[in-house]
Amino acid sequence: MGDINTAMAEQYRNNFLKEVEANVEEGQWVKMCMQCGVCSGSCPLGPAWEHPPQEIFMMIRAGRREEVLKSESMWMCTSCYNCIVRCPRELPITHIMHGLANYAHRLGLAPKMNPTRRFAKMFWNNLTKSGRVNEIELSVGLYFMDGFKTGIARAWAMKDIGLGMLKTRRLNPFGFVSHKGCKDKKGIHRMLKKAREIEDRRKGFAA
Amino acid sequence: MADMKIGAYVCQGCGLGERLDTKALTLVAQKEGKAHVVREHEFLCNSQGVAMIQKDIDEGVNRVVIGACSRRAKAEAFNFENVAVSRVNLREQVIWSQPAAEEARELTQEMAADYMRMGCAEAKKIVAPTPNPEHGTNKRILVVGGGVTGMTAALEAARAGYEVLLVEKAGTLGGYMAKLHKRIPYREPFADPQATGVEAMAAAVTQDPRITVFLNSTTTRTSGAPGRFSVDITAESGGTKTENVGAIVMASGFTPYDATKLPEFGYGKSQNVVDQAGLEALARAAAARGEPMRRPSDGKEIKSVVFVQCAGQRDATGTHLKYCSGHCCNTSMKQAMYFKEQNPDIDTAIIYTDLRTPGNGEDFYRSAQRKGVIFTKGKVAQVEVGGNGSATVHFHDLILDDKAATMSGVDLVVLATGQVPNSGVNIDIPPDAQDIDGVKAGEHAVSVLNLTYRQGPDIPQLKYGFTDSHFICFPYETRRTGIYAAGPVRRPMDIAQAVEDATGAALKAIQAVENAGLGRAAHPRSGDLSFPTFRREGCTQCKRCTVECPFGAIDEDEQRYPQFNEGRCRRCGTCMGACPVRVISFENYSVDSVGSQIKAIDVPDEFSEKPRILLLACENDAYPALDMAGVSGHTSSAFIRPVPVRCLGSVNMIWITDALNSGYDGVMLMGCRHGDEYQCHFVKGSELANYRMSKIDDTLKNLNLEKDRVRLLEVAIAAIARVPELINDYAAKIQEIGMSPFKGF
Repeated sequence: MGDINTAMAEQYRNNFLKEVEANVEEGQWVKMCMQCGVCSGSCPLGPAWEHPPQEIFMMIRAGRREEVLKSESMWMCTSCYNCIVRCPRELPITHIMHGLANYAHRLGLAPKMNPTRRFAKMFWNNLTKSGRVNEIELSVGLYFMDGFKTGIARAWAMKDIGLGMLKTRRLNPFGFVSHKGCKDKKGIHRMLKKAREIEDRRKGFAA
Repeated sequence: MADMKIGAYVCQGCGLGERLDTKALTLVAQKEGKAHVVREHEFLCNSQGVAMIQKDIDEGVNRVVIGACSRRAKAEAFNFENVAVSRVNLREQVIWSQPAAEEARELTQEMAADYMRMGCAEAKKIVAPTPNPEHGTNKRILVVGGGVTGMTAALEAARAGYEVLLVEKAGTLGGYMAKLHKRIPYREPFADPQATGVEAMAAAVTQDPRITVFLNSTTTRTSGAPGRFSVDITAESGGTKTENVGAIVMASGFTPYDATKLPEFGYGKSQNVVDQAGLEALARAAAARGEPMRRPSDGKEIKSVVFVQCAGQRDATGTHLKYCSGHCCNTSMKQAMYFKEQNPDIDTAIIYTDLRTPGNGEDFYRSAQRKGVIFTKGKVAQVEVGGNGSATVHFHDLILDDKAATMSGVDLVVLATGQVPNSGVNIDIPPDAQDIDGVKAGEHAVSVLNLTYRQGPDIPQLKYGFTDSHFICFPYETRRTGIYAAGPVRRPMDIAQAVEDATGAALKAIQAVENAGLGRAAHPRSGDLSFPTFRREGCTQCKRCTVECPFGAIDEDEQRYPQFNEGRCRRCGTCMGACPVRVISFENYSVDSVGSQIKAIDVPDEFSEKPRILLLACENDAYPALDMAGVSGHTSSAFIRPVPVRCLGSVNMIWITDALNSGYDGVMLMGCRHGDEYQCHFVKGSELANYRMSKIDDTLKNLNLEKDRVRLLEVAIAAIARVPELINDYAAKIQEIGMSPFKGF
C-alpha cells in the first residue's frame, strides 16, 4: 500500500487537488466549494471534527496532502446529509467525505485505530464472507474490539436492546454456528473481485 | 392681482359626508375663510363635481379650496388652469386618521374645521405660478469623457434624436475600455471573457451625424444653467471654441490606484509584479504578437500566477483606499482565464478576503472554478521576488487561520488595485487642507468642468472623493442641476454597470433640457413652474441663501445681491428657510403662505384640555407616510395640525416662533434622514434644518418655554406605522408638560 501512496504523490507532484479530482469519489467537486462554511455550521457533529468539511476543502486546495489523508475528520461523518441539503453550490459533501476516507484507507494513510475505520472493515469482512451480515458475530466483534473487559461492559449496556431483538427474532443467537449465507457465495466473491479490478484500473491503482 | 375670489368646495364622498358635518365646514370657509363661493358635493372628483368647480372658475373664482382627499390623490381631476388650488386633506388625515366612534365626532369635526381654515388661508396667499421667463431652450447635450460611459451616453442621446458634443481629453475614444484585452462577460452564459467591442463603438460614435467629437480637448469654462450652458472647449493645441448646450453628462471615469504605494507587494521592485491594468497591457501585447504571455522579467514561460485581491483597497488603516471597487474580483477571474485559455495547466490562484461578484458574476465565478482557478480566502501580507524572478506570496490563510501560509515559485503576481474617481477639484476642501479618507487634498485638483459658479469649479464630492450622486433615490442627480454624473466617477463599477449608468444619465439630461425649455423645474419637483424671487429692497446681502443653496443655483450679481439662476433651481425652498429677513418667496409657496395657515387655526383656551400641535411635514416622505398611515387605518392624536413643506430646509424659523407665540403647545418637524446616508430629496435640506434647529433652544429659552415644545424627527416614507406612534408619543409628552402659557394673546 505504501508504494501506491508514493506513486500517487509522485504522479501529481504538488497538485493534491488534481489527485483528489482523479481518485476520490466525487472529488471533482472540491474546486467548486466557495468557502461559505454552511456545511461546517450544519454538521451535527461539527464541533467534534478537527477539520470541518470547509477546512478539508481548503486544505486540499492548499496542497496539504498528508494532513488531509491522515486526518480523523472525514471518518466522523455520519451521513446525515445536512450539508448536502444546505450547500448552496450543491456539492455532494457527504459522498466526498466518504470518498476521501476511502482513498486514505486505500493508500494506507488512514489512522489505524480510528473506530469508524475499524468497524467499517469489520462490517465489510463480515458481509462479504457469506454475502449476508451475521449480526451476532458483528455486534460481539464490535463490543469486544478493544478487549474482554470493555466488551463485557458494552454488551451489558446494550443488553435490553439485544434481548428485545432476540424476542422479535431479529437476532439469531446461534449465528456463530448456524449463520445462513447467501446462495451463491462464490459468485458474490467473484463479482466483488471483478469490481475491485475495474475500480483499481480506473483509478490507476492496478498493481 | 385682480380681485381675489375664493371658491371653497367640500366633498361628501369616501365617507366624508357621514363622518363630518360638511355644511358646517362650508360655513367655516365662508365666515372665517372669507370664501366667496362655498359648495358641498357628494362626489367632488367626478365629472359633475369638477364641472361645477370649473363653472365657478369661469365665472370669476380664481382661488380654489378643495376639502376632499390628500393632494397626492386625484391630482389630475383637480387640475385647473390658471387658478391657485389649495387642497384640504379631510380624507386621509382627518376621517381616516381618527376613530369612527360617535364620541370622537366632536374632535374630528374640530380638526376638519381647522383644516378648512388653513386651506382658505393658504389660498389667499398663493397664485398659480407662471413659467420662468429666463429659461434656455438649447437642447444639445455635452458629454465630458469618451470612455465607455461617455460613448454610451452620447449614442443613447443621439438615438433619441438629440445633438451631442463629446469631449475627450485623449487622442482617441475608448478610455480605459480601449486598454482592455477582453471584458467581463455580459451575456449568457457568463462563462468566458468577451471582446470589448470598443472599436465598433468608437466607430459608431464617430460616424453618428448627431455626435460631434472633440479629441485632445477639455472643458475649460462652463457657465449658465440647464437649457443655456455656455462651454469653452479647448484643444491641446490651444484653440478654444465656445459652444452652447442644454445639459451635461460628466463621465470623466477613473484612474487605477497607484500601485507604487504598495511596495510590500513588490510593485516597482520587480517587473513580475503588475497591477490589473498592467496585466491587460501584457495580454494585449501578447495577443498582438499572436504569442502566449511570458514572464516580463526574462520572457520565461509562465507556469504559476497569483492574483492579490483588495491590494490597497478596503484598507481599514486609512493608508490606502477604504472602499471596495466592485469590479476587481470579476476582473481577476477574467484575467485568470486569459492564462487558462493559454494553457489549462498554468496554476492560477486568487487570494481574496471576500469574493464580491456583482451582476451575473456568480455564474462567472463558477465558470472560473470549473476551469480550475484556485480560490484561496486569505489576506496577503507580502510578496517577495527572488533573484531568479520567481515570487513568493506570504499570506494569512483565513479559513485555516494559518498566518504563515505561502505560495512559492510564482511567475507573475497581479495586484487588484482599486478605482480612483476623476472627480476634479474637491470644492469642499480648502486648497491648503490635509488628506481626507486616503485621498490627498490636492491630488486630483485638475478641474473637469471649470464651472464659473460661485460655489466652485466642479461638482461637490461625496465620501471618498466620488462625484455627487443621490445614491438612494436618484443615482445620476448631482447637486448641479442639468449636470449628470455617470460611470466610475460616481461610484466604482464595471463596464456593464457603466453602460446602464450612461443610459440613465443620458435620459436625465434629456429630461433636463426638455423641462428647461418649458421653464419648468428638473427633478425632483419635475414640472414645477414656480421659482424663487426676492424682494430686493428688503435684502441685507447676508449671503445665507447663496451659501446654503444645496444646488449652487444662486450667484451674486455685481451689486452683491443674490442672483437666482432659476434654471439651476430645484425649488426646494432652502433659500426661503435660510433668509433671516424673509424676502425670498415662490408664487405658490412662501413664508406668508405657510405662516398664515399656522395663524388661521382656532386655538382653544388653556382650560379646554385641547392642545394644538403644529406638524411641519416634508412633502416627499413624511407627508405621504401620514397619508398612508390613514389609508392603513392607523389612528393618531386629533390635536395635530399638519402643514406640508417642500423640504425641512425650507422651514423658516419664524414659523416656529409664530406658532409658539400664538399658543400652539408643540411643534413637530418631520424630515428625511441626513448625514452620509441621507435620504433628503434635496441632499442638504434636512441637514440644514437639523443645523438650524440645533439653535432653537435659545429661542425657546427666550420665550421661557420647555425644550420639548419643539421636536425634530427623521421619518422615512415607509414609516407608516411609526408616524402615528411618533405623533401620539409627542401628544402624550405635551399632555405631560402641560398647556402652553401663550394662549389667548
